Amino acid sequence: MSRHTLSVLVENRPGVLARVASLFSRRDFNIHSLAVGPTENPEVSRMTIVVEVEALPLEQVTKQLNKLINVLKIVELSNESSVQRELMLIKLRVDAVARAQVVTIVDMFRAHIVDVTTDSVTIEATGTSSKLEGLTKLLEPFGVRETVQSGMVALGRGPRSITSASSRSDN
Amino acid sequence: MTQSRSAPVVPAGSVAQTASAPSNSPAGHGKSRPAPQPVAPEVEYLTGAASVVRSLEEAGVEVVFGIPGGAVLPLYDPLLDSTKVRHILVRHEQGAGHAATGYAQASGRVGVCMATSGPGATNLVTPIADAHMDSVPLVAITGQVARPYIGTDAFQEADICGITMPITKHNFLITDAAEIPKIIAQAFHIASTGRPGPVLVDIPKDILQAQTTFSWPQEVSLPGYRPSVRPHAGQITAAAKLITSARRPVLYVGGGVLKAHASAELLVLAELTGIPVVTTLMARGAFPDSHEQHLGMPGMHGTVAAVAALQKADLLITLGARFDDRVTGNLTTFAPGAAVIHADIDPAEISKNRIADVPIVGDARDVITQLIAAVKVEQNAGTVSDLTAWWAEMDGLRKTFPLGYDEPADGTLAPQYVIERLGAIAGPDAIYCAGVGQHQMWAAQFVKYEKPYTWLNSGGLGTMGYAVPAAMGAKVAMPDKVVWAIDGDGCFQMTNQELATCAIEGIPVKIAIINNGNLGMVRQWQTLFYGERYSNTELGTHKHRIPDFKLLAEAMGCVGLRCESKEDVDRIINEAMAINDRPVVVDFTVGKDAQVWPMVAAGMGNSQIEAARGIRPLFDGV
Repeated sequence: MSRHTLSVLVENRPGVLARVASLFSRRDFNIHSLAVGPTENPEVSRMTIVVEVEALPLEQVTKQLNKLINVLKIVELSNESSVQRELMLIKLRVDAVARAQVVTIVDMFRAHIVDVTTDSVTIEATGTSSKLEGLTKLLEPFGVRETVQSGMVALGRGPRSITSASSRSDN
Repeated sequence: MTQSRSAPVVPAGSVAQTASAPSNSPAGHGKSRPAPQPVAPEVEYLTGAASVVRSLEEAGVEVVFGIPGGAVLPLYDPLLDSTKVRHILVRHEQGAGHAATGYAQASGRVGVCMATSGPGATNLVTPIADAHMDSVPLVAITGQVARPYIGTDAFQEADICGITMPITKHNFLITDAAEIPKIIAQAFHIASTGRPGPVLVDIPKDILQAQTTFSWPQEVSLPGYRPSVRPHAGQITAAAKLITSARRPVLYVGGGVLKAHASAELLVLAELTGIPVVTTLMARGAFPDSHEQHLGMPGMHGTVAAVAALQKADLLITLGARFDDRVTGNLTTFAPGAAVIHADIDPAEISKNRIADVPIVGDARDVITQLIAAVKVEQNAGTVSDLTAWWAEMDGLRKTFPLGYDEPADGTLAPQYVIERLGAIAGPDAIYCAGVGQHQMWAAQFVKYEKPYTWLNSGGLGTMGYAVPAAMGAKVAMPDKVVWAIDGDGCFQMTNQELATCAIEGIPVKIAIINNGNLGMVRQWQTLFYGERYSNTELGTHKHRIPDFKLLAEAMGCVGLRCESKEDVDRIINEAMAINDRPVVVDFTVGKDAQVWPMVAAGMGNSQIEAARGIRPLFDGV
């Protein structure tokens, strides 16, 4: 199994997320993460879907997605040719002594402290999943109370946009 | 109007035409209807319900099969006044769905069914799933509870869009009455173009009651829907080179050839190349059974020659077929030595089950037309393969293992004989429509199909109960044709209430019940694989004569006939053929032990085909 990132432009309408989710479930495809949000065009939403599949099933995933009437375009983004980010919030139980050490780690990872109380801090971090894994590992000894993580979002590198890139399925 | 299928934006006039123009209806079979001309939009003021009726009229709908109910009541009111749309009141929504499917399969036009919210809509689920599996152009219109009630578990509320998401090509919930014409135009366009399929339009009651305006759209704009119909020239050339150099090629023909109205082109390609042809269950009639190049149907109950041809081929020329498990048997051992050309209008079918060496995305008629030209180029360049040895092998197999059956040892009537005689007497112009099970396989084997759109059945979903309502729909679409449903006694008891519809609405279908008193195919598997332990397959229609099909038919306003012996078969079929003012039901009481052969047992490789029980012509001991 390998991990593939699909950037999917869909019409911004009710029920489109359900159609995509239903398709993955119906065809027995495994979603690792899914992020959806608005784009520069109010009529279009963009999904970033990370799937765990072999090459041939991946072709089926994109072909089946393309059959959904509300799906406008699908592009596969490779790790090398795209910028990929996830957002994570981490709440730690820390006293004043530990807080200084936490701040050092947070700085090293270019993360931010977004909430502080006398016995807790909440950290906001963005990056690739490996960076966030590294950060989590270093923070674990301090006592992680809870974490929340977004699905990955990604954009292709360079001046071209998804609307100019050729769709995988148009081949 | 073929160009309309390749372009995302098409003139609205072609929405109706896609269902009636030659590219989408069987030429010479379809009843011609004046094509609506694009006109300048005129704004009309009306209710949402009247807007739906106007939209159906603009889409060229002649017939709707349905049942009214609470949420859809407002729509039935203006329907009463329509002079263009005939509504046929069925007895169960499942009947409406299959009737619309039969209508579509016989005529090539879009079939339309209608139901109310909740149970009305959920009763359409089976026929919608059936149409989805067999790529049938269908539009289902359902009433929904009024919008303020949606999500409150209101009376007769069901999330039919959610329920049918995986079994429709697309579905719509209308939330603005002004969008009714646009969405209905889109629904017909999606259903009838590309790979056809069912589209459901769910309309809340308050939308039907709302005051709105009507103007039929001049264009259907669907930016996310642009089916590819034109094949890639490079792939066509590559395919032609393989076709002309193969030593053991087979034309593996599926239902897509019928959907694309490409039977005439297929005949040209077959005769140009001299290559053997097999037609799948969904493609029976796409190539004449009487043609010497036709080896018959492949698959689990295919002919030995057709199964062997695929299995021993060095090249499969796959046209509008999808390597269904009932054709391939065990996929890993299917056609081990064959290169694969796979042409389909749905890119997702290509390399789904079997990797294609030459994938071609396109409309089967365009593909075959271009293959003919490309093959001629190769032939003129001197590339002609000698198929003599290949044909000698195939001829040997079909001579040694023709389709056949034994007369039952217990002296009962052979079901195969009944079906064979029915086909011979009703002839190649009749439409035959089967349920699912043994009788379906025998009808695929022993009726000789010469023309496209004369064989209707539930291939993909395998829906018992399909035959009676589908025959009703086919007869409505093709009133001048003789329509025979060949049904089992099990299937018949699932949907026979539509005979009342047929009797009252003047739809004189003919039903042959192949009554063996059992769920025959299940019983056959119990005989073969479950040690003859007959768990719940005996229906009692022999033992108790419950129901008495003759009396049941008469109770529903049909003529009821019964045939129990071989001597009476021809006479009774002819008697049924002579009745044209009412539906006729013939109870052919046949033996329960007849079996469908040849057979590839489920999960086995096709090389293990048994021509008859224990006889394995291709078994190589591996």
